[in-house]
Amino acid sequence: MSETLTRAELAELIYSEVGISKTEASEIVDQFFEEIILDLIDGNSVKLTSFGTFSVKHKKERIGRNPKTKEEAIIDARRVISFRASKELKRRVNS
Amino acid sequence: MIKSQLVKKLLNKNPHLIQKDVESITSLVLEKITSTLENDGRVEIRGFGSLSIRKRKSKNGRNPRTGESVFVPEKKAPIFKSGKGLRDRLNYKA
Repeated sequence: MSETLTRAELAELIYSEVGISKTEASEIVDQFFEEIILDLIDGNSVKLTSFGTFSVKHKKERIGRNPKTKEEAIIDARRVISFRASKELKRRVNS
Repeated sequence: MIKSQLVKKLLNKNPHLIQKDVESITSLVLEKITSTLENDGRVEIRGFGSLSIRKRKSKNGRNPRTGESVFVPEKKAPIFKSGKGLRDRLNYKA
């Protein structure tokens, strides 16, 4: 039920399904995510059909509050990633 | 970037592989992530982020056009949380 999928399991899956070595499989898994990351850092969106879209949003500077100490602090302007699941992915997780 | 461009980039980095293999690898990764979420599992890719399922309670919504009240049943939503590595790299200041 509560299995957690990591890079290691993805590499293992590719190794068993595609005719490449374990090292190559784990390298390509790393490259897969690294290419997505590099594109996001460049400010681009990454759209993976029937899965979803990762995009970059710009957050303005704002005053935040530490919920524990109630102390106010400035939260710098920053970039965050937003993920929008495709219709297909939403359908699958609800089936 | 779209999926086919990702395939091309991976292919350039791995000249020993053929396009068909890289396409299968890409599909395998996305399909495995999808089926994990389908089983209410969690995906954790260090340096990138995690994907998990959040349950949304049923609610009485409204049709924004007609204002009519409609019942929205309980559903699951896939959510992504960026990892520390990605957040840091995204906001790196030289």
